[in-house]
Amino acid sequence: MSLHPFAIELFQFMLLLGLAPAFAGWVKVLKCRVQGRSAPGVLQPYRDIRRLFGKDIVLAENASWLFRFTPYLTFGVTTIAAGIIPLISVDLPLSAIADVIALVMLFGIVRFFTALAGMDIGTAFGGMGSSREMTIASLAEPAMLMAIFTVSLASNSTSLTQMVSVMAHTQFVIRPSLAFALAAFILIALAETGRIPVDNPATHLELTMIHEAMILEYSGRHLALIEWAGMMKLTLFFALGIASFCPWGIAAGGDLGSLALALASLVVKLMVGALVMVLIETGLAKMRIFRLPEYLGSAFLLATLGMIAFFILE
Amino acid sequence: MAAPLDIAGFSVLLLLALAVLAPLLRSVRSLQIPLAFSLAAVASLAAVIAGVMAVADGSVASAIMTLGIPGLPFHLRLDPLAGFFLVVIGLMGLFVSIYSIEYVKGYGGERSITQMICFYALFLAGMLLVVLADDAYFFLVAWEMMAAASYFLVMYEDERAENRRAAFLYLLIAHAGALAILLAFGVMASQGGAGGFDGYTFDAMRAAHLSSGWAAAAFFLAFFGFAAKAGVIPLHVWLPEAHPVAPSNISALMSGVMLKTSIYGICRFAFDFIKVFPWWWGGIVLALGLISAVMGVLYALMQHDLKRLLAYHSVENIGIILIGLGLSMIFAAFQLPNLAALALVAALYHTLNHAMFKGLLFMGAGAVLHATHERNMEEMGGLIHRLPWTAPLFLVGCVSISALPPFNGFVSEWLTFQAFLLSPALPHPILKLLIPLGAAMLALTGALAAACFVKVFGVVFLGNWRGHQKPERIHEVGWSMRIGMLLAALTCLLLGILPTWVIGWLDTIPEQLCGGRLAESAGKFGWMWLTPIAHERASYSGPLVFIGILAVVAVTWLLLHLRATRVSRVPIWDCGFAKLTPRMQYTATAFSMPIRRVLGFLFAVREQVEIVPHTNHPAFPVSLQYRLRIRDRFWNWLYEPQGDAAYWIARQVGKLQQGRIQIYLLYSFVTLIVLLVFLG
Repeated sequence: MSLHPFAIELFQFMLLLGLAPAFAGWVKVLKCRVQGRSAPGVLQPYRDIRRLFGKDIVLAENASWLFRFTPYLTFGVTTIAAGIIPLISVDLPLSAIADVIALVMLFGIVRFFTALAGMDIGTAFGGMGSSREMTIASLAEPAMLMAIFTVSLASNSTSLTQMVSVMAHTQFVIRPSLAFALAAFILIALAETGRIPVDNPATHLELTMIHEAMILEYSGRHLALIEWAGMMKLTLFFALGIASFCPWGIAAGGDLGSLALALASLVVKLMVGALVMVLIETGLAKMRIFRLPEYLGSAFLLATLGMIAFFILE
Repeated sequence: MAAPLDIAGFSVLLLLALAVLAPLLRSVRSLQIPLAFSLAAVASLAAVIAGVMAVADGSVASAIMTLGIPGLPFHLRLDPLAGFFLVVIGLMGLFVSIYSIEYVKGYGGERSITQMICFYALFLAGMLLVVLADDAYFFLVAWEMMAAASYFLVMYEDERAENRRAAFLYLLIAHAGALAILLAFGVMASQGGAGGFDGYTFDAMRAAHLSSGWAAAAFFLAFFGFAAKAGVIPLHVWLPEAHPVAPSNISALMSGVMLKTSIYGICRFAFDFIKVFPWWWGGIVLALGLISAVMGVLYALMQHDLKRLLAYHSVENIGIILIGLGLSMIFAAFQLPNLAALALVAALYHTLNHAMFKGLLFMGAGAVLHATHERNMEEMGGLIHRLPWTAPLFLVGCVSISALPPFNGFVSEWLTFQAFLLSPALPHPILKLLIPLGAAMLALTGALAAACFVKVFGVVFLGNWRGHQKPERIHEVGWSMRIGMLLAALTCLLLGILPTWVIGWLDTIPEQLCGGRLAESAGKFGWMWLTPIAHERASYSGPLVFIGILAVVAVTWLLLHLRATRVSRVPIWDCGFAKLTPRMQYTATAFSMPIRRVLGFLFAVREQVEIVPHTNHPAFPVSLQYRLRIRDRFWNWLYEPQGDAAYWIARQVGKLQQGRIQIYLLYSFVTLIVLLVFLG
């Protein structure tokens, strides 16, 4: 028995919407365990989101329509992005609406509007967060695209389904170009999802906030949407990494057996990926903001080396 | 049905008539502005229709007029390339003319409206004639008409020395460029084979066979001339001076459209006249494009004058267009016509897109200026509450120029990225490797542009009002200005979600210029799917991205509003300290500070902080002064030495002038003797 492609698409939307909080919870649990603290449980993000949806909204006097519109847009764009990256099957009809460059730009919309919302209230925190976020993003984006282009050149495509199926059907060999690109991708993904050493998702200390500073004024359902979209974005970056660098196990069609296998392998990969990230986050301290150009510069260098390796060695 | 060339001719004649009749219209004072700009709008619409038809059917029509000099009458020609630029000029001309009806009213009583209308019409007519001209002489006449009319428009508010200086600089660089173009035509005509005046027709230039050296000389002379007009770095210095001081409707036309005539010129020279060229020409165009794009956006980030910032963004976007052109030339040089077609379409598409969103942004800046009488962003803020129409329309422009889907800037940058990723098809190992690095620079440009427009929109429209006057006195602009901006914003959206239609329409241009086609593969899966090469390679669906985002947003909104929740409006939380004032907000200078610090080595940045400490304790300053000066390094490197040299030469020559009649008589006598000796 096999599933219709649109059923797979629908299943994937449900999977990402439903599982993203659990994944965020899993990251938190792992982090607590590694750092020797007691953990709140994998389901805590669900409880947080439910609580936020139930709360009333407190809005600053001068908040404009843009401030109220941004959470919905953030959630909408992230949801669309969730339908594009092949997670369990390459037979994904909506994947064709945007290739990997467009996907990066979709995250760009989220960032653009979140940064604007940060400036809408007119507090210094919001402006500071927006300014820093846009600075980091502008340095991270070239490196991000370079890393992805290396994979694209290897698979002769920027379409995600094509990249995944080419990668999944080639024999596993360590290719220097992809190794460099993966290293760059990990560095950039940490920056783009606002993790240590670039940003600390758990802090509300004035001087170190970046992402949190922009959304400081949000409350109630607005905050719930932003938090949920943030969890989905984290999951999506892992999914993008998995799809670009180790898609093995992904189903080629809609066969139920292989879908189940693909789902299992995806869950395992996500759990292992989270452990890697937690170890990086625990092992490193947050960087000073003006050290970040070096960090992002080295990511760019790695991605460039990957591309050079592709042209010279392969 | 009238032929496209006739319609274009009608459009030009209407504009010329308007320029001549403008003084007569003065007698119907109240109707002068609406009537004149409606006529300009009609003429622009006619140009759009002519252009759309010419591109769609791919026909070439030409005509010879009875005007001109003996032996070289004016030649006119309308081919798809010219038609495309007619559309660019006409569309923006249409929107700006509608916008101008109310905008120009603001000058009523203070300045001569007749002068504005006259030069406005001449400016539009000049631009249309530049793309229609088919011989060197007529081309230069039209080129100068455009330059002179725009010079007088930049000078419109001529009581300030700053404006006169900017206009002079513009005129100077425009003429250095025109001279180079003239020389390029000279080379083409003299080396082309056809003798006499015949060599100066574009037909002769198309047929000419130049040796590679002369061809390079002709192309690079022309490229220099056009680059001066387009503001390619390092010839960009006039842009950030002239655009801010011109009236905003003129800045919209100059930045959105006039710069594009030089893109037309470069396309014409490279693909139509010379046709066969080595790859390094494209390499130079590409490299200059990349430098202009990155440096343009970085300089833009450092500005806090709204219009000056937008002017630097024009430098950036011209850079992006040149990137596409350069790639196209490289692919064409290696006989890869389909890839050349892709890159050329990317460049032309970006030309159209940039015209639309930059026109929109300049019109928006004009609306802000009109409402607040302020150009300095540091004195603005919170205008989203005062200008409920201008703000969302300006936001559309910001999103479009930041290359975010589903708006138009994204599509053309995406196509350019796709062209970059085709570099493995090149048979040249070093190029294969270097070209993708250019893609990284384009990515950097896009991301910095996004940062810059978060700054612009955030500082101008969001937060609280920072200025001195009372914000209650700021009012939304009139209907004609809103309609002009609305039409441009809608065009931005449509160009973003319907790229397959645009590419299908454009297809005749790459077919004629580089022998490749794009539409067949790009629109293979229907109008919803853009697949420039093949669907396995890359695909993008503008309509579905747009509808998808809208649908999810709508559904989420509805689901969350099923249950009534209370929204309470409260004062901003100030952490329990002193009350927050608008002065505590992030400013434009503060916003770009991290980037200034990271990439500051590229500018001449001078920062000075003067602190007068309190006598009791240094931690409590009595006063603090912060001075920041950012200069364009190219001024020091290129222009100041030239200016100094010119002054030095002038001073040396000045030593001859003694002011005594005997000395001058001696000069005449010596000159006569010398002439007699040498000539006798």
